[in-house]
Amino acid sequence: MASSCRRPEHMAPPEVGSIRSPCVLSSLSSRMIEIQSQMSERAVELLNLPEGQPCFLLDVGCGSGLSGDYLTEEGHCWVGVDISTAMLDVALEREVEGDLVLGDMGHGIPFRAGTFDGCISISALQWLCNADKKTHSPPKRLYRFFSTLYSSLKRGARAVFQIYPENSEQLELITAQAMRAGFSGGMVVDYPNSSKAKKFFLCLFAGVSGVLPKGLGTETSEKNVPNQVQFSGQRSRFKNMKGKSAKKGRDWILEKKERRRRQGRDVRADTKYTGRQRRPHF
Amino acid sequence: MKLLTHNMLTSHVKGVTKGYPLLIKATEVKVNEVEFNPEFVSRMIPKLEWSALVQAAEGLGHLHELPAELTPDYEKNEEFLKKAHRVLLEVEVIEGCLQCPESGREFPISRGIPNMLLNEDEV
Repeated sequence: MASSCRRPEHMAPPEVGSIRSPCVLSSLSSRMIEIQSQMSERAVELLNLPEGQPCFLLDVGCGSGLSGDYLTEEGHCWVGVDISTAMLDVALEREVEGDLVLGDMGHGIPFRAGTFDGCISISALQWLCNADKKTHSPPKRLYRFFSTLYSSLKRGARAVFQIYPENSEQLELITAQAMRAGFSGGMVVDYPNSSKAKKFFLCLFAGVSGVLPKGLGTETSEKNVPNQVQFSGQRSRFKNMKGKSAKKGRDWILEKKERRRRQGRDVRADTKYTGRQRRPHF
Repeated sequence: MKLLTHNMLTSHVKGVTKGYPLLIKATEVKVNEVEFNPEFVSRMIPKLEWSALVQAAEGLGHLHELPAELTPDYEKNEEFLKKAHRVLLEVEVIEGCLQCPESGREFPISRGIPNMLLNEDEV
């Protein structure tokens, strides 16, 4: 169980969130802030809000309001719900624009039907899968959360949850309860080929079912004709090499760059200078 | 807590069916300057429960001449939108509590954050 201690939801219940706890500390590190705002940016992109319209959004597990800052930047008005007073105090100190509510998402979302144009949540949903008290039952709490969220969303609105699922059973538990509550949709995985940049987004539709957006870095994998094996030049490539190194050509470099791009890394664009020989030096 | 949020909040105690509107018992109210966005305000007005808003604003003593009835053609009436903006987004309840009209359960508000946490037997 050594690896499980790295997950903050295994250390203490969410409402503890004392100033020494990892979630408060992590909200202060600049790298965490960068990752959080990147994920909120992607979550808002997945929400697919009408362009140029200020919307009323819900941020579940808003914490210190980092994701909310991005919503404010985009011109939206938001309400944040979090269970930890310590985190909300940090949000108050940072003077976030949105309104804050102290609440447990497992108790349901206390808002009127049709209130919100969308809902985002960054790394919060996995907390609901834990039973911190004897009376807690994760499936029941998840169902209560999803069913009340469903009613508080406008018809046709989306809810996007960024999560770090522990295992596939947990993922199944979450999606099963969401579908039971009436949502349609599913998982969007960004950069599935990379272990570091891989991100899971649960993208749910209330009412109208839409087309699930594609994850980033997955474009090249879907060109197959069903029931047919595709020709691949993987082996014949080496046949006419005749003793030359495979790792020197422009093709190899382009391929490597493509591979890294799929992993979501920072890669320079391909230009006419890519893989070109340098001028001879004495 | 802004009055916009109050207009959307309901009580979710076990056994309560409507739980709306929550009664505000405020001990401290502040008025913050917020940037006026006519498009957002006119988009929010159809979602509001107007009578609950007027009632809440009156209770706080910050009605700011808001009419008791929603005026037709409010999208073009900037004077009206400004008043609505003032009440919805600028008036904030800092200290006090919210009371559920059905069960009488009180939700305390401290430093502008309503505490909607329930006890285990109320879920």
